[in-house]
Amino acid sequence: MTRPFKRRDFLLMGSAVAGSLLIKSCGGTSDSTSSPSASTSASPVAAGDGIKVGILHSLSGTMAISEKSVVDAEEMAIEEINAAGGVLGKQIVAVKEDGNSDWPTFAEKAKKLIDQDKVVTVFGCWTSASRKAVLPVFESKNHMLWYPVQYEGQECSKNVFYTGAAPNQQIEPSVDWLLEKYKGKPFFLIGSDYVFPRTANTIIKAQLAAKGGKVVGEDYIPLGGTEVTAIISKIKTAMPNGGVIYNSLNGDSNVAFFKQLQGAGLGPDKYPSMSVSIAEEEVKAIGVEYLKGHFAAWNYFQTVTTPASVKFVEAFKKKYGAERVVNDPMECAYNAVYLWKQSVEKAKTADDLDKVRAAALGQTFEAPQGKITMENSHHLSKFVRIGEVGEDGLFKIAYESKAAVKPLPWNQFVKDTKGFGCDWSDPKKGGKYKIS
Amino acid sequence: MLANLLEGLFNGISIGAVLLLAALGLAIVFGLMGVINMAHGELIMLGAYTTFVVQNVFKGLGSPWSDFYILFALIAAFIVTALVGVLLERTVIRFLYGRPLETLLATWGVSLILQQFIRSVSGQFVIGVGLFCALFFGAIAIISRRADYERIQAWAMAILLPLSAAIAFFSSKIAGDAFKLAVTKPWFGTQGVDVTAPKWLRGGLSLGTSTLPYTRLFIIALTIVCLLGIYWFLNKTVWGLRIRSVTQNRGMSACLGIPTQKVDAITFAIGSGLAGVAGVAVALLGSVSSNTGQAYIVDTFMVVVIGGVGKLVGSIMAAGAIGILSYVIGSNAFGPLFSGSPFMTSVVEFFATASMAKVVVFALIVVFLQFRPAGLFPQKGRTVEA
Repeated sequence: MTRPFKRRDFLLMGSAVAGSLLIKSCGGTSDSTSSPSASTSASPVAAGDGIKVGILHSLSGTMAISEKSVVDAEEMAIEEINAAGGVLGKQIVAVKEDGNSDWPTFAEKAKKLIDQDKVVTVFGCWTSASRKAVLPVFESKNHMLWYPVQYEGQECSKNVFYTGAAPNQQIEPSVDWLLEKYKGKPFFLIGSDYVFPRTANTIIKAQLAAKGGKVVGEDYIPLGGTEVTAIISKIKTAMPNGGVIYNSLNGDSNVAFFKQLQGAGLGPDKYPSMSVSIAEEEVKAIGVEYLKGHFAAWNYFQTVTTPASVKFVEAFKKKYGAERVVNDPMECAYNAVYLWKQSVEKAKTADDLDKVRAAALGQTFEAPQGKITMENSHHLSKFVRIGEVGEDGLFKIAYESKAAVKPLPWNQFVKDTKGFGCDWSDPKKGGKYKIS
Repeated sequence: MLANLLEGLFNGISIGAVLLLAALGLAIVFGLMGVINMAHGELIMLGAYTTFVVQNVFKGLGSPWSDFYILFALIAAFIVTALVGVLLERTVIRFLYGRPLETLLATWGVSLILQQFIRSVSGQFVIGVGLFCALFFGAIAIISRRADYERIQAWAMAILLPLSAAIAFFSSKIAGDAFKLAVTKPWFGTQGVDVTAPKWLRGGLSLGTSTLPYTRLFIIALTIVCLLGIYWFLNKTVWGLRIRSVTQNRGMSACLGIPTQKVDAITFAIGSGLAGVAGVAVALLGSVSSNTGQAYIVDTFMVVVIGGVGKLVGSIMAAGAIGILSYVIGSNAFGPLFSGSPFMTSVVEFFATASMAKVVVFALIVVFLQFRPAGLFPQKGRTVEA
């Protein structure tokens, strides 16, 4: 039944198009009323001589859950800097792009930010997959990315500054702590099926083998999968008398895992778990009831009491609402903006990226987690903390490193990278050199 | 050994029960009406979000009520998703009957809209879109009563559309500027929300060494109740009879005076409502976030296709089989059988991870469909060829 395209159809479709445009613009305004980019770009003066930076995160798709709040933290840092007079006397203008949880899209948008928008740096990415996707873009254009999330290491690019934890600043200390606290208990490793958990578990296995721990099982769930019954019965069979679960699940699978772990009667008293991807926001989404007594390892928790942390939490709640929480990746993203600002001020230019890169090395910042330092490996010296989920959904800090831990991007427990280091202050050494 | 076998059977059935519950609505919508509804997963998601809202309302009411919020959530989720389903059917799908490709694309679009709706819905959003709809469609409704509507229609549209869009846009902007966070803050946000099972559903029933989680038992019971309900509805009520007759021969039913349009709307509403009920179950087990539905859409289609389109009993068998199969492979239940040979042990262990189990199940399904392309219980009769 085909009929010619009539005026009525045109109007119908036209109204649909207009309606969806309206929806989009409304959604947009709800974001931009709070973002400095919109308010500054609206005034022609600022747009003319502002410094453009890119923000590249997933605002839609499966990773939007985590990345949206990182964008919030980055925008807050930019707003604070602008309110305090900007950088080199200029306002920062943020250009926001949506990576759509799709790795090729990330690469495309990175190109767009660099070529079309001519940003001087980009703050972005969350998953290792998205970072690996944009890496060739940043390297070929000799540009600059600030990556705010803990990751599996084994990478050290000249064009990336890693403000999250390397494995030796999160995974390794937490395994040591577990070995100490639960002497003689077996370990079961579970994770989502992609590069970070697989590499993390390789590291953990090597570390446990070196230190006398015992791994009785290892299993992976597809990213986003929620059917965990089989894994839970495997854990029960492998460790009938209790043991430690090391959890590197990411995203929605965590919710299913902890809800059903409790249903199966495996409580934190006999089966304590250590998670590396569960922070304050995730606790809220999973439900405190299911997580009480489990552990997580990070560099920063909202409950850290440094003056910078108190200020950070207060400012964030004031801007985005009292029920919002802050977490480690948000803190890392917030630090990244400030570290970039300091580097630009030291280099006295934002456009000459080689100068900014050189100036970034050795920068220190009184971050909410404590005083952090940008090392020559483009990674940060950071504090290591382990927290236990309490009644209120926040973490009780169970362990805290006394001093900042130096980063080791190349893992010393893995055979291929043992004995390698990374030093960008010396052109002869570069991204991977043999430590003699 | 027997205890292990029983526990394995229970776990397999409980996986199957979730699959079946999620697929029931689709079995009706896709099976009976032939509509490929890609937004089915998002209807499940809406059910899960309804559970969250009901939970929070009942939390405010205090102790005796908050323990039983889940029962009210079931009813509320059914109603909410059924209404959304009717809206979807009346505004989109009814224009696309008999055009599966277009239906597929349109409902896929709807699923994306629903996902983004959950992420960005806020007071400001509702003011903007609500005002636009009220102004535009209200004005159209008033004008369409005039005798010369046909003549002025184009002009009216051309004026009304930008006018109501502009009013809606600016009033939402003003509201946003005036009330700031109170209106601009998203209701749910991109981050998932927590649904905590009431006290009596936490923990599990201990039987010897094994534990049967209460939530799983609840879901199995819920699935049985839903199945009985559907069976009763389709076979013992007037509307059920009409639905079955329209399914078998639409033209003849219409000739005999059955209001086929109404039947379509009701069938779709029930299918959608069941998705909402599945949403409540899913909220108890897993995460409630804007992409909850995505995790289930493939599995639900799988169940319906394997079972044989249009046959409820097929869906039941398929869900059970897939559940038991993925549990048995994923948990390495047959591991002990091969303990004699180290080679076989390593082979079995390679496949005994959750990701590989999924691969194996899909591979088996592909092989199965080679031999039985119409599923376990294919439709029989003359109507199939038509």
